[in-house]
Amino acid sequence: MRALLGYLAMGGYAAFVWPAYAVATLVLAGLFWQSRHAYHRRQRELERLQQGRTRRGSTA
Amino acid sequence: MHRFANPTRFMRLSAAVLPWLGWLTAFLLASGLVLALFVAPPDYQQGESVRIMFVHVPSAWMALFVYAVVALSSAAALIWRHPLADLAAREAAPIGAAFTFICLASGSLWGEPMWGTWWVWDARLTSVLVLFFLYLGYLALVGAFDDQTRGARAGAILALVGAVNLPIIKFSVDWWNTLHQPASVFRLGGPTIALSMFLPLLVMAVAFTALFFTLWLIRIRTAILARRIAALRLAAIEPDRFDATQGGVAESAS
Repeated sequence: MRALLGYLAMGGYAAFVWPAYAVATLVLAGLFWQSRHAYHRRQRELERLQQGRTRRGSTA
Repeated sequence: MHRFANPTRFMRLSAAVLPWLGWLTAFLLASGLVLALFVAPPDYQQGESVRIMFVHVPSAWMALFVYAVVALSSAAALIWRHPLADLAAREAAPIGAAFTFICLASGSLWGEPMWGTWWVWDARLTSVLVLFFLYLGYLALVGAFDDQTRGARAGAILALVGAVNLPIIKFSVDWWNTLHQPASVFRLGGPTIALSMFLPLLVMAVAFTALFFTLWLIRIRTAILARRIAALRLAAIEPDRFDATQGGVAESAS
């Protein structure tokens, strides 16, 4: 436990080291999540449109 | 390059590459973090605060590299008028802006304990801040036009003019007095950094590069899907003028 706390203290620089890693993680993970989400949304939208086309095409 | 620039072929190739690239990125990021946070030794002067370097320096390299990607894609778009080059430039820019922001934030967090200040208006810090605003300005300009092609053209010109900033950033630490240290990796005569710190730095840099390409491919794919959706919508309104079964307007134009 003491070893863990000692590690987390980062030799007194915890207030600078951990925020730096946190900012990087949050920004990059957020960008990844947003990019993935946008991709899947477009994919679903395209599939729906294409299904609509074939349905109309077969009844015509 | 033109062979890969066909949107249909791009979709097929990127779909095959992306899963591998994604897992490679995850593996590299995990190893890089272990090396940076546990294996690398504390600095003899800076102590544990030196671990900020493993985030700060690779994101700074990426900030410059991604801008070069945006500028080169923009040049390709202006010269060959290829629609995929426009998308490549536009979709790289937000990733570059993210890396630039991380570079500035982590640099500030490193500056306070080591220099005694969060920020100085010296050449290196100011030119990187200008780079961040160039990214934001580029994105705002590209998004400001209803006509995507015109927006892309205006953005491409801004991106090329802004590329002047890249050598200014690189050499700012040599040309002007600054608190920022000079280059210690990419310099004549080889790196001056110890191997035990250079290796984690290298792994993090490769990981960030892999992450960039993963995000870039996903975002270009999204933009191509958006074009197909727009083409299908248009075809639904005017079925005689557009043949969407051929892959859409945007693609038949290439």
